[in-house]
Amino acid sequence: MSGILVLDIVLLALILITAVATVEVRSLYSAVMLSSIYSLLMACFWVAMDAVDVAYTEAAVGAGISTILLIGTLVLTGSVETVRKAVSWPALAICAAAGGFLIFGTLDMPRYGDRDAPANRHPIYEGYTTQNVPKADGKSAQDVKRFEEEQAAIAQQQAGKHPGEPAAEHAHGAEHTDFFHGHVPNQVTSIIVAYRGYDTMFETAVILTAGMSLILLLRGRRGNPQRGGLL
Amino acid sequence: MFALLAELARPNAFGTDAPTLAATIVLLVSVFLLLIRAIKGPTAYDRILAMNVIGTKAVLIVCLIGFVTQRPDFIDIALVYGILNFLSTIAILKFVRHKRLG
Repeated sequence: MSGILVLDIVLLALILITAVATVEVRSLYSAVMLSSIYSLLMACFWVAMDAVDVAYTEAAVGAGISTILLIGTLVLTGSVETVRKAVSWPALAICAAAGGFLIFGTLDMPRYGDRDAPANRHPIYEGYTTQNVPKADGKSAQDVKRFEEEQAAIAQQQAGKHPGEPAAEHAHGAEHTDFFHGHVPNQVTSIIVAYRGYDTMFETAVILTAGMSLILLLRGRRGNPQRGGLL
Repeated sequence: MFALLAELARPNAFGTDAPTLAATIVLLVSVFLLLIRAIKGPTAYDRILAMNVIGTKAVLIVCLIGFVTQRPDFIDIALVYGILNFLSTIAILKFVRHKRLG
């Protein structure tokens, strides 16, 4: 039993306790506190899972911003939960069934860190990644095509000067060793790391949309200063 | 004495260095005790204190996990936690005192 596994088990047990307490507690104020604690513990767990970027996000959004937003919600509403009705059995059954299906779905997934997983075995389709790359340094597609033609001509000249097996053998060797054509083997990692610009661009779009929605929601009513929002 | 410490710090059957792992487990146990206080806590200030101290423990746990997994560069995240924990504590205290955030 490795040390990290012990850590994972203890952390997950604490997270489970916190989650159940967050649901069960009656005072909404305590629920906000507990959800903040949940975020902190969850961020520790992400670090233990080696997902450092997710841990950053969880710390910034979960522990920082969402606690403040929930407190702001408590300012606008009240801080006491209304008395709950009895447990709705159909809803419980639907939740249990959905959770069961999700767990059933994980049975087909490869093991954590499996090097034979499909994402690690098959290189990414080159058309997804290479089509727009020459545009990055200001070259048009025609420039690239002309450059490639020149290179091909030079290669042909050199092959004419030095005919024989070594060049072909070298090409074969390169093809054999560089199985992934210069890309990161894992498809997800390939997109996230080697094509960081796309990833960041759409992340920025998501954050911009979320920010605009929040400003629209929290701005308060115009001409009614009594019902001013948070911003 | 130093020989004993070196012996303890050597990679062993756990696959990691045992003292750091033990320290992390102890911190998690103390988080559990704080969690009890946060759930039971009669007053709001008990819960605020519990949350704040759990945030501090989280900073330490992240650092220690970084050392357990031999990647000490996780300390950056611990710094972010420290700042954000302070921020949310201030917001909650302001809410308790003034009943609003402005």
